[in-house]
Amino acid sequence: MQNMASDDALKVRDLRFSWDTQTADILNIKNLDIPMGRSLFIHGPSGSGKSTLLNLLSGVLSVQHGSIQLLGKEFSSLRAAKRDKLRADHIGYIFQQFNLLPYLSVLDNVTLPTKISTQRRQGKARHARALTEEAEHWLAQLQVPRSVFSQPVSRLSVGQQQRVAAARALIGSPEIIIADEPTSALDQQNIDNFMTVLTQQCRSIGSSLLFVSHDMQLAGFFDATYDLHPSTPGEQE
Amino acid sequence: MNWIHLALKSLWNRRVTALLTLLMVSVSVCLLLSVDRVRTDTRSSFGNTLSGTDLLIGSRTGSLNLLLYSVFRIGNATNNISWQSYQELKNHKDVKWTIPISLGDSHKGYRVVGTNESYLQHYQYGRQHGLKLQQGVWFADVFEVVLGAEVARQLNYQLGDAVVIAHGTGSTSFEQHDDRPFKVVGILAPTGTPVDKSLHIPLEGITVLHVDWQSGVKRQGKTTSVDDTLSLDLTPDSITAFLVGMNSRLKAFGFQRQVNEFRKEPLMAVIPGAALQELWQLIGIAENALMAVSVMVIVTGLIGMVTVIISSLNERRREIAIFRALGAKRNTLLGLLMVESGFYGLAGLVTGYGLHVLLMGIANSHVQNRYGIELTIGWPNESMMVILSSFLVTTVILGLLPGYRAYRQSLSDGLSANV
Repeated sequence: MQNMASDDALKVRDLRFSWDTQTADILNIKNLDIPMGRSLFIHGPSGSGKSTLLNLLSGVLSVQHGSIQLLGKEFSSLRAAKRDKLRADHIGYIFQQFNLLPYLSVLDNVTLPTKISTQRRQGKARHARALTEEAEHWLAQLQVPRSVFSQPVSRLSVGQQQRVAAARALIGSPEIIIADEPTSALDQQNIDNFMTVLTQQCRSIGSSLLFVSHDMQLAGFFDATYDLHPSTPGEQE
Repeated sequence: MNWIHLALKSLWNRRVTALLTLLMVSVSVCLLLSVDRVRTDTRSSFGNTLSGTDLLIGSRTGSLNLLLYSVFRIGNATNNISWQSYQELKNHKDVKWTIPISLGDSHKGYRVVGTNESYLQHYQYGRQHGLKLQQGVWFADVFEVVLGAEVARQLNYQLGDAVVIAHGTGSTSFEQHDDRPFKVVGILAPTGTPVDKSLHIPLEGITVLHVDWQSGVKRQGKTTSVDDTLSLDLTPDSITAFLVGMNSRLKAFGFQRQVNEFRKEPLMAVIPGAALQELWQLIGIAENALMAVSVMVIVTGLIGMVTVIISSLNERRREIAIFRALGAKRNTLLGLLMVESGFYGLAGLVTGYGLHVLLMGIANSHVQNRYGIELTIGWPNESMMVILSSFLVTTVILGLLPGYRAYRQSLSDGLSANV
């Protein structure tokens, strides 16, 4: 609607979504911007449509109404395969838990995105490094002990697994990191530790961090907060 | 491509199920290959057993039956031909040569054939191959025996060994003609035909064996010494069948009619090729049934494979969500599952072929001994290659089914599913 400033990583306009036409919208967002290199905390209690929002933002779900722009380009109107490609190139994704493929080693799990996306393989931040070296760099940054690098992921603690997942999201320096309650399975000490390194590292490569959680206490780690209310149309930031 | 690597690693992660699925696919491939191989081997084995013979003559029976007992040594004759009739027909002007055959005795399960030297001279198999002696000479005396190659090998007989011949054709006949052993004077070169499994003795030898025997039972209290026996007239009363070579092949039909209308006793003459044709028709039914069953087994195997892959998708939702988060497109998921099903197809072909070779190797000696059919090992023929390639292509295409399912599932699960 207004002139696209390309300094927004994600720009959401008038986004509405419902699973079928009869029921009320489970998501209704008038305006939501995530500037480049900034972090945003999305507070969403269960039932607030946060899963739907994340699936829309990452391009898995098709937008029914409204628009999403990714890095200044229209995203929501693209074909599914195009959106998948953009997700591979520009978005690092961290799940709530079970992020890792059990049949790959820690290092192989981390380098996975670079095998799918050429762009992430060439990673703008550390293009001079070999892939394994970069994976090791990120694991080290996220305080994963070197002794577990080549071990099967089943040997890792939950906290370590989440940090490995973060390293995977960060490798190749994608512009946007999306994290879906990554700390919900961690204890308090691990949460603080995880949050500190994650926000730090995102800042260090200039990636925007979009973090969803129901835990309001985490909001302090972020530049901005957005409240996702359960099905209350018209109530925005 | 890296997805292939990933698909195989994922498969390795589920290796127990994968192995069993692979086993299912390879057993079905093995069955198809083996049935086809046995079929062609049976045909070539039967087809190669006899050549150059224009007519088979025996007492009246089915032409197939005559072929089976006189040439393949399968089953028994119902009746004999009298020596007089044989002499009469043998001296017909159009007949070039005859090979008399007298059956009914055995040695350790191998058939004994009473015949004469025209067997060595005129019997032909395969593409006009004649018989050759590997060691020794053809028999010249009543108590001499010439062994088929396999008899000599299996029973480990050398020239000069004594062989006791039993009455009847069972391998453990109680009625041993142990008073009159035969001496091995010659061993034939291998032919791959029932000749290899035969012991050849003179027609007179057969007569000698049955002196003092009546209706298949040894007469009590009567023993004629060997010397006395030899002084008797040893001309046989009858023979079981004989093979005929004509001066001209064209005369065969006329002579065949004459034999079939022979007044003195009910005889029949058959052209080996025609009788063989009858055999093919008979075997053809069984062959087609077997092929149909193996095709059904292949289809069952493929259905089983797709079922296994589809049912594995539920426990792989996590894995698929991770792939999707990393940017896997619909085509990527389709590809992943096509790699998986194609892997089952390819590995199934390779291991199925291996199993088949193993099976043929193991079964060969048994089948060879029991049925005289040599099972060969080799690459599948052209039409089988076409079937196997379409099998492979089908397995790859079948991957689309679970592939689409995985994609649809990933859409409804989204990225945040905690499955």
